[in-house]
Amino acid sequence: MELSEHIKTANVEDVTLRRPFHPALRGTLCVTSHHLLFSDRKDEASWQLLILLKNIDAIEKSVENLFGYPRAMGSSGTITIKCKDLLVLQLEIPGMEECLNIASSIEALSSLESVTEMYPFFYRPSHLTLNGPWGLSSTEQYYKQTERLWDRWRVSTVNSDYSVCPSYPSAVIVPREVDDDKLIRSARFRQGGRFPVLSYCHHRNGMVIMRSSQPLTGANKKRCKEDELLLQAVIDGSELGYIIDLRSAQQAQQARMTGGGFESKSFYSHWKRIHRHHERGKIVQESLIKLVEACSDPSHSVDRWLSKLENSKWLSHVHSALSTAGLVVECVERDGHSVLVHGSEGTDNTLLVSSLAQLILDPASRTVTGFLCLLEREWIQAGHPFQQRCAHSAYSHARLKQECPIFLLLLDCVWQVWRQFPLALEFSEALLLRLAQEVYASNYGTFLCNSEQERCAAGVKENTHCLFQSLLRPDIEEQYLNPLYEPTDLAIWPSVHPQSLQLWTGLFLRWTEYAQNMEEAREEVWSIVKEHHEQAGPDRTNNTLSTHCDTLTPFENLMDELTIL
Amino acid sequence: MEHIRTPKVENVRMIDRLTRRKSSVGTLYLSSTHTIFVENSEARKETWVLHSLIYNVERLPTNSSGSPLIIRCKNFHVYRLLIPQEKDCLDVLASLTRLSRPERYGELFCFSFNPNLDKELREKAWGFINLKAEFSRMGIPCNLWHVTAANHEYRLCDTYPSELFVPKSASPAVIVGSAKFRSRGRLPVLSYFHRDTSPNLFIASICRSSQPLTGFSARSSDDEQMLQAIMKSNPVSEFMYVVDTRPKLNAMANRAAGKGYENEDHYTNIKLQFIGIENIHVMRNSQQKLIDVGELAAPSMSDFLWGLENSGWLKHIKAVLDAGVFIAKAVAEDGVSVLVHCSDGWDRTAQACSVASVLLDPYYRTIKGLMVLIEKDWVSFGHKFSHRYAHLDGDPKEVSPVMDQFLECVWQLMQQFPCAFEFNERFLIQLHTHIYSCQNGNFIGNCQKERRDLRLQERTHSLWPHLWENRAEYTNPLYRTDHSQTQGVLKPLTTAYCFKFWKGMYGRAEKSVASHQSPADCLNAVREESQQLEEELSSHQEVPRETDAGQGIHMHA
Repeated sequence: MELSEHIKTANVEDVTLRRPFHPALRGTLCVTSHHLLFSDRKDEASWQLLILLKNIDAIEKSVENLFGYPRAMGSSGTITIKCKDLLVLQLEIPGMEECLNIASSIEALSSLESVTEMYPFFYRPSHLTLNGPWGLSSTEQYYKQTERLWDRWRVSTVNSDYSVCPSYPSAVIVPREVDDDKLIRSARFRQGGRFPVLSYCHHRNGMVIMRSSQPLTGANKKRCKEDELLLQAVIDGSELGYIIDLRSAQQAQQARMTGGGFESKSFYSHWKRIHRHHERGKIVQESLIKLVEACSDPSHSVDRWLSKLENSKWLSHVHSALSTAGLVVECVERDGHSVLVHGSEGTDNTLLVSSLAQLILDPASRTVTGFLCLLEREWIQAGHPFQQRCAHSAYSHARLKQECPIFLLLLDCVWQVWRQFPLALEFSEALLLRLAQEVYASNYGTFLCNSEQERCAAGVKENTHCLFQSLLRPDIEEQYLNPLYEPTDLAIWPSVHPQSLQLWTGLFLRWTEYAQNMEEAREEVWSIVKEHHEQAGPDRTNNTLSTHCDTLTPFENLMDELTIL
Repeated sequence: MEHIRTPKVENVRMIDRLTRRKSSVGTLYLSSTHTIFVENSEARKETWVLHSLIYNVERLPTNSSGSPLIIRCKNFHVYRLLIPQEKDCLDVLASLTRLSRPERYGELFCFSFNPNLDKELREKAWGFINLKAEFSRMGIPCNLWHVTAANHEYRLCDTYPSELFVPKSASPAVIVGSAKFRSRGRLPVLSYFHRDTSPNLFIASICRSSQPLTGFSARSSDDEQMLQAIMKSNPVSEFMYVVDTRPKLNAMANRAAGKGYENEDHYTNIKLQFIGIENIHVMRNSQQKLIDVGELAAPSMSDFLWGLENSGWLKHIKAVLDAGVFIAKAVAEDGVSVLVHCSDGWDRTAQACSVASVLLDPYYRTIKGLMVLIEKDWVSFGHKFSHRYAHLDGDPKEVSPVMDQFLECVWQLMQQFPCAFEFNERFLIQLHTHIYSCQNGNFIGNCQKERRDLRLQERTHSLWPHLWENRAEYTNPLYRTDHSQTQGVLKPLTTAYCFKFWKGMYGRAEKSVASHQSPADCLNAVREESQQLEEELSSHQEVPRETDAGQGIHMHA
């Protein structure tokens, strides 16, 4: 079925659009295969609103005058559109039939399942060409850049045809002394074939963060010599490594009943296991739903609001993620040990913790490019199933399948770090907000599919544009820079005391009045910094700010006079 | 000094609660005004704790490593000490307990505090804030309002200032009669006069008083005429609001004691509005719960949020802000005058009037303006500082964080309007500390008369010029006089999610060594540097001209 066949009414005149904190507008509504377009009626300087249908999470329709009055009598309908970026719009559409047609088109076209029918495959802006580079880096490039790895580590292409692990990229970094055969055996012993691979090598001491899925020890406590050798090779001569298991000890025990399990002390004698419970899947998705619901009702009393905020548990997930990331950092940076992180599948919380740990440890991941590279390596190439996790957001009435806002949780945690260290990241909140939007609905192919294998099969690289490449174009990148950026080589340990963590108002209250004053403040910061740059001239730009470099000490709460910046 | 048993204890450990590795060993000294901890380290870092800021001292059971002593301060700093010998610990405990609870005004720190100012400068310093000038800034006296001598020598009301501003149309008899019908003689007088510059030309006013002595049926024609006079002094408006900041039930209960609230049938053209700010006892308990939340050792996110909700603190802050918003809206948008009262008219009334003033008048959002506002609405109108902030060892039921709540309302507004305030969070925290510290004479005593009788201006120093001199430290870099947020009336959102836990204030138990990445400091530095560059540039431009003219450059250097 062609996409256009879903469209029964393509155009409606005299539609009224209502948005929060804007006067109602009247204009024309169009539905196309991928967009909803509203343009107001004024001929010159017309204002347009273009919404990707994929951005629409839920629609609610209410139709008046259902008893067959003619259109002239004023039968009309209202469609409420709830977007995945949390915007809620209302459209009053004259004509009951038109209204129902539009609603059904939106319903059908906003939930396309076939990747190649999605908009990124049709997005062809004139300023971009498809032949340009796709993506920012690769396993091989990361290896080449990281001199510390050359001695003891190698790039393995054992997964070049994705047969060893369907969700891994074609190339991974493993200890030099472990050959591909051993990797294959280790992969068979890990859920989904996700054998331990290198995620990060610390520039200060050469200690590494590994990640994997759970070992398939099962009820009979099976073991796998190759897997044990692989982990032994990771720590080499050093006497100890840490396994951070993102489940409680009890959950890890229970996992054995269904074929999963954990690394037992007797077979992995040089590894010390620490359990940290993290919620996953449906529970996290429901947290998001509850939080968004709490934020969308301004009539709550303070007590009720706090109770709903608590009840959503969203901030508890933020707290757990940052705490465990802090634990990983403590192992690597302070105690000088390597770490293996995994939960069950190793595609969600594992990536969350390992990437946050890198942000805290590694100054290179705090630049715009570095951060996007981190996301690319640790989320896209590492096989976070974006398509499944982000199929729906907080409003959908559809039965939840595999949705889970783990990536949103990552962005929230990064925002918390940025709020506590407002000078340490090169990018601003705007980049995080843009990513939060793009991950659910995008013109670009970056967040399509669930793994590199799927992207390869669908021809994503050949037929879509790359978001990260586009964000790094100088004119675009400028919008996402932090005016106060001042690089620091130190680890930036966020305080994880609950009073240091806050609701990410920029995201969750994005479409309220609250956000407007913050926007003014942000502009003010920019104007002060710009004014300064103009006066100081190009030569002196950098050295002023650097005179205010602070020492960043672990677990110390930071002055947050201007929490909004 | 007679209260100090052991002036010096060695090998005391100061414990950092979060990172035990960071605890430091040093010597503890007790002076008559401060406890000083000097680290043994090379830096000899000193920590000074002012005795009048100590809220309580708690000794935990002695263990193998020594006797733990916890010092909690009124500004929410907490110091944890480990004293090797139990006997020393007991001595320190006894001394600090006595020293932190002065029994007479004469014992207060302000009477011994001596910043080496000569007499003339000190006297000048006391004139730094001038309320007469403030009323004249508002345009008072004018053809509608004037100053009355009725309270000369505090004859009419001993908790009011001697100079009161009342409607010109209110006769001396009405003034006296109204005072008689008001609790403690606190009659309705002008607090803020709003001259609108918009085309509306509203001239609404905010007046304040205590509750009327209505009981169940009493009335006073003088008091009724007084309100009528207030209403009439706003010629464009046909009615006025009486804002009773108490919950209605509390106001009704007061009738049994011969007090109460205005009967709308007796007063012509008033609209009565209850706001529902709870009393000082509820607020005291609420704040204690909030402090406990801040002190939880390793709370989960849920513990914290549940504790925050359970304390009710933010709900109370919202109630105070709501009162201010209601008043500001009536005055600025509807052009209606407002009389504000609670029971005595010195706690909730002060809060509501001053929050409304901050919303209405950009001046009160400047450093000097906030000082003036506190001097006017709090100090001069008899807010009982010494009782509320426990300057002397007294009735604990009189203690309540009334001013804390006002400062927090301002802070919450700063969160919503980051560019609207000239001062920063540090300024508010500094004010908070000084309200409790008794270092200066400004906040000693409970009313103007008491301060006069204590001869505070002769015996102590004023805080305001000191803060003013250091204003660079308290300046918000985002503030600009030409900014849209700076001008006009602030209309804050009071949706529940706008209210945040004030970590800078209540999270101080968590903070150890000052380490920070403060964007405000960074921006201030940037600004200063810009100014310097500008000055450099202009001096460079000047130099050649002078050289050409053959003048001595040195004279201008």
